[in-house]
Amino acid sequence: MNGLGILKGLWITLKHFFATYFTDLFYNRKKADADEKRGMVDSPGLFTVQYPEEVLQPNEEFRVIPFLVYETDEKGDKKYRCTSCGICAKVCPTQCIFITRSKDPETGRPVPYPAEYYIDADKCMNCGSCAEFCPFDAIKMDHDFEMATYERGNSHIYSMEQLGKPVEYYAKIRPVNYALEEAAKKEKANAG
Amino acid sequence: MSDQIPLPPVYMQLMKKFPDSVTRDERPGFAGVVVQANSLPVVAAELRDRMGFDYLSSVTAVDDFPEDMLEVVYHFFKSVGGPQVELKVFVSREEPGLPSLTDLYPGAELQEREVWDLFGIRFIGHHDLRRILMWEGFDGHPLRKDWKEPLYEEDNKPFKTRWPEGKGERKELLNPYHDNVQYPRDFDPNKWESLADQAMYESLRSSEGADSEKLKTDQLVVNLGPQHPSTHGVFRMAALLEGETIVNLKPVMGYLHRNHEKIGERNTWLQNMPYTDRLDYLASMSNNFGYALTVEKLMGIAPPERAEYIRVMMAELTRIASHVMTTGFLLNDLGAYFTPALYALEERELILDIFEEVAGSRMMCNYFRFGGLVRDVSPDVLRKIRHLVENRLPRKIDELDQYITHNEIVRMRCEGVGVITAEEAIAFSASGPILRASGVPYDLRRADPYSIYESLDFEVCTREHGDVYDRYLVRIDEIRQSIKIIRQVLDRIPEGPIMTGKSQYLAKVPAGESYGRVEGPRGELGYYVVSEGKPNPKRYHVRAPSFINLTGLAQMCKGYKVADAVTILGSVDIVLGEVDR
Repeated sequence: MNGLGILKGLWITLKHFFATYFTDLFYNRKKADADEKRGMVDSPGLFTVQYPEEVLQPNEEFRVIPFLVYETDEKGDKKYRCTSCGICAKVCPTQCIFITRSKDPETGRPVPYPAEYYIDADKCMNCGSCAEFCPFDAIKMDHDFEMATYERGNSHIYSMEQLGKPVEYYAKIRPVNYALEEAAKKEKANAG
Repeated sequence: MSDQIPLPPVYMQLMKKFPDSVTRDERPGFAGVVVQANSLPVVAAELRDRMGFDYLSSVTAVDDFPEDMLEVVYHFFKSVGGPQVELKVFVSREEPGLPSLTDLYPGAELQEREVWDLFGIRFIGHHDLRRILMWEGFDGHPLRKDWKEPLYEEDNKPFKTRWPEGKGERKELLNPYHDNVQYPRDFDPNKWESLADQAMYESLRSSEGADSEKLKTDQLVVNLGPQHPSTHGVFRMAALLEGETIVNLKPVMGYLHRNHEKIGERNTWLQNMPYTDRLDYLASMSNNFGYALTVEKLMGIAPPERAEYIRVMMAELTRIASHVMTTGFLLNDLGAYFTPALYALEERELILDIFEEVAGSRMMCNYFRFGGLVRDVSPDVLRKIRHLVENRLPRKIDELDQYITHNEIVRMRCEGVGVITAEEAIAFSASGPILRASGVPYDLRRADPYSIYESLDFEVCTREHGDVYDRYLVRIDEIRQSIKIIRQVLDRIPEGPIMTGKSQYLAKVPAGESYGRVEGPRGELGYYVVSEGKPNPKRYHVRAPSFINLTGLAQMCKGYKVADAVTILGSVDIVLGEVDR
């Protein structure tokens, strides 16, 4: 019968409308996070959340622009884990990492610490290779995807200060990976 | 080394038949035979008519710079499955030319144009040899090894200016245009006149079918695109109309061209992996799969069993996500604007959530490595996938089936539209759902099994009519089969490592060549790589399924109305990241 197909289609829309309405009603009463409300495997309604009022929490492995992990010593100085070995700059597919190795001011010999470290965020394709192949766990992928700026000139080339984040932040966004790495380190220290 | 390996009988037969013009490729690591340029059509005709190699999968070229040689490489297959036949033709770099195969294999049309565009090899007898990806005033042929891009630094990555004396700076500032562009030396934009469109319109009118002896009526050229929602990206169809009926049609592409292959030849082997994500950005796991498979073939390693299962699972999830989206957007093209497309996207969203949890990114997965995977899949994710394939996805497919398959508007618009017969589909080198909707049961997972597909129980879905409706039905059937595959994988997935050896950022790839292909959601996704044993590939070619499926677009559209062309393009399911590369 002609017209039946259209009615069937409208019926889907109606079903979605009510499903979304009742799910929201139910979860709003429970004051749940956006994560729990929408986009779950069992959620019958729509998946859209009202960003930026509601923000979905990214998964642990989620990756955007890398950051450099530093540890803070007793004096409050930043101590980057990076040894400026250059593996991240070598594996980077877009070649957006620029490292300058430190030199000893007296002897002129290279010191395993970065003097400068830049990432061109416009070129970075968030592939995660640098974090994957870093032997010192010094560079990790971030979760912060809100990076819009008003200026496209040089502000997208991130310097070492902009890239540095404390190790506590890393432990917060990637708890499972952090625990695994710490356990491996402890084991290595015990064996050594 | 190759002396000890006996050639497959097909090659022996060819060499026996043409002793003067067919010789063996003697280089170690290389397969196939070398054919003299002038006898190529005869050899190809023999292959097609006598030996049954009716499917020309890929045409590409390799630059042997600094030697004065260009190789044109052809890969033939049988449409009933089985191993390949690889022909090579050597031409000189100065005046490269060889006979075109478009008369025997119409599927070579766009591929030969691509080789002409990127390598400057002339195909004699090709009726429409124009540039396809680059603009018509482009200076030189970019895939030649002596051609340098505007911001050229070095031949190979990693570049030396990054470490240990790296300075964060914009390379674009070095270019006088402050962008990644260059123009021919005596180029003046005020005086320059583009003749490309003129040439295209002429070729539209001149080809057969357009010049009828009958009463001359006014024919009209209508350009659909490049910016139009129906073209799924920046793509243009120039249609020659008589009234509202399409007499001839030409696809115009290249608006998204970035020379993926040149980038790939600068990259190291592993650096290419994230770039493959960006080919068919709706099916990045499949792209990873094909590339990993090809390079593994060359390296002679195989991933552990668990990794194989996870790979197949991810590839099938990708197929579901992609087909669901195609189905939704087909309705978009039919005029049911965006509401059904967004309902179809819901389940894709859940699949992408799984990808994010496993690979770290929703679309640009970069999850495969040579010999394994980046990381293991947690039991939690496996539970989610099981829930998805046991409950949610089958329900969704049934819903789609129930509401769309018998919808009278869908049937009226799709049935009998865009018909391509089985013979035509094979001749045009179509692959994937298009080929199968025409009744050719050609699915690489069965025809040339890779990974663990041989041990899995599923059916190759085919339909007979070869119209838009059947292509839609094949996709729905394939989603059901993919669900079936994932269920089996979930039941059987073993414990164990996910990586053979240790993942290294400098893969050691021995010299040689390799052509690997997988059945992506859009069809046969092939990679042709040539290694010199260096950290970078010498040649990296992608046989993009949606690019080659477009070869038959004109044939599908002829005789139908303009509004049907939109639907037909929707059913061909192109992804411009892959078409333009």
